[in-house]
Amino acid sequence: MTDVLYLYGRYIGVSVRGQMQYPVTFVVQSLGILLVTGMEFVGIWAMFDRFGNLRGWTLPQIAFLYGLVSVTFAFADAMARGFDMFSGTVRRGDFDRILARPRSTVLQLAGQELTLRRVGRLAQGLTILTWAVLALDLTWSAPTAGLLLLTIVGGVCLFSGLVVLQATMCFWTTESLEVWNAFTYGGVVAAQYPLNIYRAWFRQFLTCVVPVACVTYFPALAMMDRADPLGSPRWFQCVAPLAGPIFMLIALQAWRVGVRHYTSTGS
Amino acid sequence: MALIVVENLVKTFKVAQRQPGLWGAVRGLVRRQHRSVRALGGISFAIEPGELVGYIGPNGAGKSTTVKILSGILVPTSGSCTVGGRVPWKERIAHVQRLGVVFGQRTQLWWDLPVIESFDLLAAIYRVPRADYLQIRDEMIDLLDLGPLLDTPVRQLSLGQRMRCDLAAALLHRPEVLFLDEPTIGLDAVSKLAVRQFVKTLSRDRGVTVILTTHDMDDIEALCSRVMVIGQGRILSDGSLEALRRSVTSERRLIVDLVNEGDGVSDPDALVVEHTGRRVELSFDPQLISPAELIARVTAKHAIRDLFVENPPIEKIIAQLYGRLESSSQP
Repeated sequence: MTDVLYLYGRYIGVSVRGQMQYPVTFVVQSLGILLVTGMEFVGIWAMFDRFGNLRGWTLPQIAFLYGLVSVTFAFADAMARGFDMFSGTVRRGDFDRILARPRSTVLQLAGQELTLRRVGRLAQGLTILTWAVLALDLTWSAPTAGLLLLTIVGGVCLFSGLVVLQATMCFWTTESLEVWNAFTYGGVVAAQYPLNIYRAWFRQFLTCVVPVACVTYFPALAMMDRADPLGSPRWFQCVAPLAGPIFMLIALQAWRVGVRHYTSTGS
Repeated sequence: MALIVVENLVKTFKVAQRQPGLWGAVRGLVRRQHRSVRALGGISFAIEPGELVGYIGPNGAGKSTTVKILSGILVPTSGSCTVGGRVPWKERIAHVQRLGVVFGQRTQLWWDLPVIESFDLLAAIYRVPRADYLQIRDEMIDLLDLGPLLDTPVRQLSLGQRMRCDLAAALLHRPEVLFLDEPTIGLDAVSKLAVRQFVKTLSRDRGVTVILTTHDMDDIEALCSRVMVIGQGRILSDGSLEALRRSVTSERRLIVDLVNEGDGVSDPDALVVEHTGRRVELSFDPQLISPAELIARVTAKHAIRDLFVENPPIEKIIAQLYGRLESSSQP
């Protein structure tokens, strides 16, 4: 395990140094992401300014959800970049090289890149999250802080798992993968709003199939100490983020099947 | 005990048939028609430790499929294969730990990194102990004259420099088996010689077992004591270069430089294949007429400045072998 972490650290060091060879690009892109995602939130703010609340949710409460999603997605997007670019890796034949090295394919792909410019989104998310916490006047205790940490870890696992699943599809086809963006980016957008505004089937989809609500809506309620209009019990809200790691394990299992398919077809 | 044993290896690929036009593309999403393509039709061979084997064949013959199976990248449809007692695709990680692979067309180094940092990272990937790594790295730097290149990012290297660095990179974990896939492709004459010299040293002094695929027959002539020819998924010939030559053709060439440009040369037992200026090239079969007799007859009839006998170039032999293959596959 320490050996794996050591190698991951080496990989990330290489990736970071590579990106730092073009520091101006890094700064401009980070600021660009900060601005674009910042404008997105301005849109939400404008909507609340006009309508006041959304099914009983105030702006700071929405901002708390939104900030949480932004932070987790920024981490996942930065860390799973190797999987995000995987269709190119297969098409160029570079996956053969990965198989010809004595390390797990997941480690090698995860180490391929840590996308630093996502720091723009992270900064936006942290700013909004901090503002929401102050505006809501939340009281922090050790269990709440622990739940926040668990929620972020769970969210990173879930969103990374989605990218791994998307990459797994490349073993069968390297075409028409844009469909998957509906799940990754669509999941992100859907998770930025409270679950109770959606129809029942979509609520179930976001809880059981692609469980983004488990790493945003439910734990956020617990942290804000707010009763669920949908009636979920508090204990469920606290363990819900575990859906993230479980989803990740399922995605990695699918990945393994994909690798086996690749080695028997070589396409 | 042979190091690499391949028995009756078969690999069949399913290729999705594309339908023409937009409607075809839409239909292809729902239902695909597959066609089976047999890349390897049951090949067998064994390679002893320390051998340097040339593996040649026309494009699409199954060379890279074989190499991918031996590297643990592909699983064969049927047949068996062991390298050092291990089945490559069943124990991928243990297997590739003892294997080096160099693709002439693709680098395994990190594009933006100085060469030396790629080496450091590879040592970490292959878990080479620090002291071992420093020792082998310095040996490689010495052998391949890499000293001046170490701090250069890979993207700034010439093709020849990059290939030398790639060779070193593939050997940092002291592999027992090395697969070289067209290592001299696109290189200038000096770099080619350097690569050949290095591979020769490696094989002779370190006992590394090498499988070399190439289209450059000079590589084969310079390096390989044994040549396997593959065509349409079958091994067509396996043995020394001399044996290959004999099995394809017994033809020899007599090249004659005449004193007078206007003269012609003719002999009932030899065929003029080329006549340019003073030089005439005759083709003959040494079983019909001995070289000595032919030379005697020609020198008796014509004023000769110089003459010599040679084998037809290896390219022609291979071309003839491939040609036979194609004509035999026609119905």
